[in-house]
Amino acid sequence: MKSGVGVELDNLSIRFGDFTAVRNASVTIEQGEFFSFLGPSGCGKTTILRTVSGFQEPSEGVVRIGGQDVAGMGPNKRPTALIFQNLALFPLMKVWENIAFSLEVKGVPRAERRKRADELLELIALPDQGDKLVDELSGGQRQRVAVARALAAEPQVLLLDEPLSALDLKLRQHMRTELRAIQQRVGLTFIYITHDQGEALTMSDHVAVMREGVIEQVGDGKQIYDDPATAFVASFVGENNAFAGTVKSVNNGHAVVSTAAGDLPARIATAARGALQPGDSAMVFVRPENLAVAESGAGGDNHFAATVANEEFEGQSYHVFLKAEGGSEIKMTLTNQGQSRAPSVGAAVTLSYNPDQAVALPSGALSDQE
Amino acid sequence: MNIGTLARKFFEKNGVGMALFMMFGVSFWILFLIVLPQLTMVDFSFRFKLPPDAIGGPQDVYTTTNYEYFVNGNPGNIDGWNRVDVTVFWRTLIAALFVTIFNFVVCYPIAYYMAKVATGSWARLLALSLVVPYWINEILRAFAFRIIFGDAGLINTVLKTIGVIDSSIDFIRADVALYAGLGYAYILLMIFPLYSAIESLDKNQIEAARDMGSPWWRIHWRIVMPFAKAGITSGCTMVFMLSAGALAAPQILGGPSSLWFTQIIYQGFFEYFNWNRGAAYAIILLVSCMIIVLSIMKLFRVKMGEIGR
Ligand SMILES: Nc1ncnc2c1ncn2[C@@H]1O[C@H](COP(=O)(O)OP(=O)(O)OP(=O)(O)O)[C@@H](O)[C@H]1O
Ligand SMILES: [Mg+2]
Repeated sequence: MKSGVGVELDNLSIRFGDFTAVRNASVTIEQGEFFSFLGPSGCGKTTILRTVSGFQEPSEGVVRIGGQDVAGMGPNKRPTALIFQNLALFPLMKVWENIAFSLEVKGVPRAERRKRADELLELIALPDQGDKLVDELSGGQRQRVAVARALAAEPQVLLLDEPLSALDLKLRQHMRTELRAIQQRVGLTFIYITHDQGEALTMSDHVAVMREGVIEQVGDGKQIYDDPATAFVASFVGENNAFAGTVKSVNNGHAVVSTAAGDLPARIATAARGALQPGDSAMVFVRPENLAVAESGAGGDNHFAATVANEEFEGQSYHVFLKAEGGSEIKMTLTNQGQSRAPSVGAAVTLSYNPDQAVALPSGALSDQE
Repeated sequence: MNIGTLARKFFEKNGVGMALFMMFGVSFWILFLIVLPQLTMVDFSFRFKLPPDAIGGPQDVYTTTNYEYFVNGNPGNIDGWNRVDVTVFWRTLIAALFVTIFNFVVCYPIAYYMAKVATGSWARLLALSLVVPYWINEILRAFAFRIIFGDAGLINTVLKTIGVIDSSIDFIRADVALYAGLGYAYILLMIFPLYSAIESLDKNQIEAARDMGSPWWRIHWRIVMPFAKAGITSGCTMVFMLSAGALAAPQILGGPSSLWFTQIIYQGFFEYFNWNRGAAYAIILLVSCMIIVLSIMKLFRVKMGEIGR
């Protein structure tokens, strides 16, 4: 099996008529890494993948695979293999014929094709299933066959377009681990597309978060989650409580933002350092798990008042929904520690958080997902 | 589920009035328009040709004379067998087979183009341009072909003007006009089943094959054609049956020496007024065509049920 190569998108723009599906995308994907594009539906993820695999020519910019400009090179000439959003297995061929199709194309004799297909079936933990038809497999098995079929072509870059989206939650979690394991075993570069942030964070070495055709941030999972670069990333990845206001003061990498809920201190996100000045409109993001109920009567900047509106018990944790002053809705997640009860509905409480765990960012569009 | 529950469901779903009407309509159609005429023909074919007053009399018994005539011809003829009729029969079947293959070769790319490449208003325009010629009567179209392929017709004139040939080619005698006319007559019956079969193929499968390095011919051979197998079979079946059974095109476009088997059937009915032999010949043609179609379906492993879709 060949080893992976890097992929570079250099100032890529892709237009359909007047509509710009991808705008000035620049990313460097290292060889052998698991790289994800994460973004809501319609943000241009598939379009990027189709451009890398050669089904779509960029309107501007360059795609380099293994350092080589691939402009004008057809999909059959590129060292990439694409796993389609709907898998696109061939329903009239047996499983092993599906897997060995790329070898058939290369003129490999039948016995050898069969042998190679059986090896790959072994790799994806589906031995002895080669003679079935695709329809006779379960969703997860089909998904693995699609991976095997792509691997059989000996690509250097494997492109995966939301291959898990059709699976139920349990199977999806299982397949994530398995995909990751396959990737580490074969050492190929995986470019993975998803609109499921959990999927992106668990599997990837690096993630690019996209919104409306623009890459808003590239980083590893922890950076994306803890140090978002834009308000959109902060609200799209994981859950976040957003407080909009204006910067009151900036001091030593921290800002205090005047919001309807009060003056809230927060660490300024790395990407926003130097960009936030007193008077600018800004947002403070505090994650539900970073909020806590303060001792009654406690005070300070990192405290604010809220009223409990609802609560959900979820076994290991409680989700408490509150309304802050000024009406913004807040979610707080408390770990279930046995004896302590979450505050009861209607109670007025004071919430506190550690300003280092809150992020201040310039105001911007938020994700509209719940 | 037994027939009783099925019938009750059918009545519940459609209401008694509608259900009765549909049952009546469908039975009428099957019985009077399909079963009875065919049975009458079969019955005819196994009887002697008799003057009207002898019909139903003691001479009116079942016989295989008409079928034997197809094989042996008139008693004491020079060949010892019915050379003319049998030869024409085979030639017709083989020519119909070629017309079918030719039709498929022409229509498959068009259908594929319409189904998977053309988009929007261009695709609709294309479909329309295929349909419009069929607003003209079949016989008029055949005459149009005669004019195009005639001695002083369009093709000969063009070829002569640009100097490819010196004297006119007799396309009619060479049966070129006949095959072209037959091919053209049933183009829609080939294109539409192909189109609807290919249309439902997931475009991603074609792209997946291309991504794996497949050249275009292999994509068609391994992905598109197997997928469209039922459509291909139903298009080919219709074209084959209809060209083997065509009458107007051979009548108008056939050369003076070439006969189509349907013309012999026609002669049996309307020139010799031997309806019994005509019926026997018609049944020979029908049964042979059915055998050919069924064996081809068997060969390509297509089931009857897939074709109706
Ligand atoms: N061939 C095309 N012609 C015109 N517009 C297109 C075409 N392909 C994609 N688009 C548009 O580009 C945008 C991005 O599409 P894309 O398929 O890349 O989204 P996506 O991020 O993959 O979404 P999803 O998560 O729903 O698959 C969409 O608004 C879509 O309508
Ligand atoms: Mg997509």
